[in-house]
Amino acid sequence: MSAHPRMVEVRQQILKKNDMIARALRERFHEAGVYVVSLVSSPGSGKTAFLEKTLGMLRERCRVAALVGDLATDNDARRLARSGAPVKQIITGTVCHLEAEMVRAALDGWRRPEELDFLFIENVGNLVCPSSYDLGEDLRLVLFSVTEGEDKPLKYPSIFHTADVAVITKTDLSAAAEFDAAAAHRSVQAVRPGMAIFEASAKTGDGMGRWLDFLQSRRTTSRTERRAAAPIAEPANE
Amino acid sequence: MHELSIALSIVDVAAEEAERQGGGRVVAVHLKLGPLSGVVKEALTSAFELAREGSPLADCELIVEEVAVAAYCPACAAERPVASVQQMTCPDCGTPMPEVVRGRELEVVALEIVS
Repeated sequence: MSAHPRMVEVRQQILKKNDMIARALRERFHEAGVYVVSLVSSPGSGKTAFLEKTLGMLRERCRVAALVGDLATDNDARRLARSGAPVKQIITGTVCHLEAEMVRAALDGWRRPEELDFLFIENVGNLVCPSSYDLGEDLRLVLFSVTEGEDKPLKYPSIFHTADVAVITKTDLSAAAEFDAAAAHRSVQAVRPGMAIFEASAKTGDGMGRWLDFLQSRRTTSRTERRAAAPIAEPANE
Repeated sequence: MHELSIALSIVDVAAEEAERQGGGRVVAVHLKLGPLSGVVKEALTSAFELAREGSPLADCELIVEEVAVAAYCPACAAERPVASVQQMTCPDCGTPMPEVVRGRELEVVALEIVS
């Protein structure tokens, strides 16, 4: 028995299993023509309200559905179902993020991608762990609310780096929270230069139109690999 | 914290790879870790100690090489180091650098195996 270890070079992605499932999902979604959007944010930043509003407005003209991840309850699924869109809960138990396999399993026997124009995946409220897991989505949104502070992107740079666009939520509370929109935009741009930013209030509907127009245009433009090196730039027509 | 599930994956990947390389006892796993991988080195190192218990890698060491973040500067037309992930601008000319070239790594790059 040799006492000296031999050094073997390998190159293995730790998350290759997840990445392979995500890649297969993405191919499947593309073949089916469904555009898949995931949402990440900290707990309480308004993902569910924003998604409920999005689903409600989109379902008038498109076929939409949503998967929602939560640690323990199906409260969010019930809230989202009020939009009239089909919604399915993924209860993750103690797992703090969604993985590609959970998405695959949730879709299995529930909805065929061919039946949909848009599929939304609401991740567990967490700004750290979801950043490592590709879900096969086309677009990843990172949301933060006006009550959370303008420097959220500086505190959680990794998640902003894996996201494609940012959404600032609860803008109806801007004045009360003394929210400095310009500072928030600067924080996003410092971490992820060129990233498109939407500001919206799910309560008043402010800003939702611009977001939905962007979403529709993304669906019809050519799709790129989600984990693109660069973020998605600001839409041209302001 | 998802470091434990990551650590368990490292054990799986290393055991699988060692098998493919003709077997033996893995005494060290070399890992490349980028600051934008979403994984914290200290948390991963402690999680690995738990993950290796009762596995074929029970006395295996985890050696983490931290990779610096680099991005492409469109003005310099070159890859540039990033001093802080909170300020993705070129250290030479100050141009914003949206395109990350390195810093998202989370991969096993080498194994030390005793036969």
